[in-house]
Amino acid sequence: MKNKFLAMSVLTVALTAGVRNVDAGCPTKGVKELTGAGATFPYPLYSKMFSEYDKICGVKVNYQSIGSGGGIQQLKELTVDFGASDGVMDDKQKAEAKGGTVLHIPTVAGAEAVVFNLPGIKRSQIKFTPDVLADIYLKKITNWNDKRIAALNPGVKLPDLTIAVVHRSDGSGTTFIFTNYLSKVSSEWKDKVGFATSVNWPGDVGGKGNEGVANSVKQIPGAIGYVELAYATQNKMDWAQIQNKAKKYLDPSLEGAAAAADVASLPDNMEVLITDSPNPSAYPISGFTWLLVYENQKDSTKADAVAQLASWMITDGQKYAIPLEYAPLKGAATKKALALVKKIKVNGELVMR
Amino acid sequence: MASETQITAQPLNRALTETKPVGARQRVANFGDRIFYLVARLLALFVILLAVLLVLDLIRGAWESIGHFGLKFLVGTSWDPVARQFSALPVIIGTLVKAFLALLLGVPISFGSAIFICFYTPRWLRPVITYPIELLAGIPSIIFGMWGLFAMVPVIRAIQIWLKAHFGWFFLFNGPAVYGVGVLAGSIILMIMITPIITSIAKEILLTVPRAQIEGMLALGSTKWEAIWKVALPYSRVGLFGAVILGLGRAIGETMAVTMVGGNSFAMIHSLFDPVHSMASLIASEFTEATYSLYVSSLIYIGLVLFGITILISLLAQWLIWRMSKGKLAMLD
Repeated sequence: MKNKFLAMSVLTVALTAGVRNVDAGCPTKGVKELTGAGATFPYPLYSKMFSEYDKICGVKVNYQSIGSGGGIQQLKELTVDFGASDGVMDDKQKAEAKGGTVLHIPTVAGAEAVVFNLPGIKRSQIKFTPDVLADIYLKKITNWNDKRIAALNPGVKLPDLTIAVVHRSDGSGTTFIFTNYLSKVSSEWKDKVGFATSVNWPGDVGGKGNEGVANSVKQIPGAIGYVELAYATQNKMDWAQIQNKAKKYLDPSLEGAAAAADVASLPDNMEVLITDSPNPSAYPISGFTWLLVYENQKDSTKADAVAQLASWMITDGQKYAIPLEYAPLKGAATKKALALVKKIKVNGELVMR
Repeated sequence: MASETQITAQPLNRALTETKPVGARQRVANFGDRIFYLVARLLALFVILLAVLLVLDLIRGAWESIGHFGLKFLVGTSWDPVARQFSALPVIIGTLVKAFLALLLGVPISFGSAIFICFYTPRWLRPVITYPIELLAGIPSIIFGMWGLFAMVPVIRAIQIWLKAHFGWFFLFNGPAVYGVGVLAGSIILMIMITPIITSIAKEILLTVPRAQIEGMLALGSTKWEAIWKVALPYSRVGLFGAVILGLGRAIGETMAVTMVGGNSFAMIHSLFDPVHSMASLIASEFTEATYSLYVSSLIYIGLVLFGITILISLLAQWLIWRMSKGKLAMLD
């Protein structure tokens, strides 16, 4: 996987080497270094973006991918210039934030694939409705030959095989999005399990990280699991089509994730989970990842640098998203994200004109 | 024969215990000595201070959870970050079962290889055999974890499926065999990790058995087996026990490899094939994304319990060693 990233980076550098845009969103007040911490999910993209940003603007961004929880913690304690998270801060965390109001600025969206291991059945050949997927994870449907799965998949020869449900054992934004989706589509899931970075799973096996889940699914016949789309693509895993809110069966895709984020009903603060999106072409298990930035900053040079960086990431920086398998922002999402960046102020004065 | 060895060891021990510290007798020693004495004392205090601070900080971190759940934390069986319910019993049991199973599998192998190295291998060949074992002891646990996940788990899955098919009536084998990851995989990876440690310590201890005693035994007409079984092992039993305890300590605290092959479900163990968390793997898995303070605090509480169990085991070991050497100075001290 690393090699692939490396190859892509080299390629992108080669392509963009000639066009060096000097004045695009660079800090003007002499800040040479910023620190951020948080989510691991966008880390490959952020490290690419930050290395490009360093080349363009000469600003070094140190990003520690310590997990969303850690990023929120560090932002609360004012030890970093910005945080990053795959989830929205809860009310208690917001109240504890020492710097006041925190802006959630989305940078990209991602999709999660529901992967399976069934002998003779390939990618996209299995279809799930939300309720069937939820009941599998609730352990109410326990065999692949269950008539509810068969009803959705006429013509597919489903084996008599116990379903082994695989989940992430480490706390993760991936689990947050997946369980949030299940909570939206199944009231029983919402009541019994709920959603969080880690939950009390009704069953079976926990794997550490995407690689742990992927490995268990690959090795256990009859297994089902969820992994980030990039991980499923790169490892050529078989995934299922999921029925979205508009009753269409869709493969997980970057387009589907981008569509999930492109709906009229996005709130201005962008603190929204875009799972089970109403957009007809939206893939339902999708989510944003956010930069966390204080709205009212103390240090005017730092504030300028953070605002410039954030606006670069959601505009010019977006071109690095697709090669690394993240869904870039588009339409309303970009506009609202930019509007949020423009809210950053120092002593009541807006940083960006 | 064993009692004779005790007798020979006794005067030496007494001599050691009854001699006053060197510094005390030479109080008028030169300046450099006094400086060294002070520095050594300072460093020793520093280590103790670190341990005390560590415990205090664990308690401070766990305080919210202690206040919230109290001692019920130790006997509860639910871990639900959504409902804010935390407890530790399944992971305590999971940790102990995996660690003791690892000992059960690993100790015979370790002692066997240590005996082989000490008594059946020509002196010149010893380094050839010991070097790889010591190398194995130094391999980072993530490497064992990756190897375990990709290479060992598929084999274990096949074994588990076979065991369940033929001996499924036995409750230990009546579990989800097809997962591969679980108690058995966790124990075996731990066994592989502690074996080199126990082996190399056991080897060093067996090498301290006076040659004359073994030769004497052989001269009396015993077989080599009898000499090892009746002289070498009793002579070094305290040290060997210490080696086992060190192995147990590592098995209980081992994190990464167990996280990768243990299956990581928060559930009580019913069979050898169940996927279960251990204390260290639970902390490692959830600490980075623990999103509210009671959650973090409960994970630290688990850490405190782990620390407590480690201390308990070490105290128990000291007591057993004391019993074994009948109150005399324990070899491990």
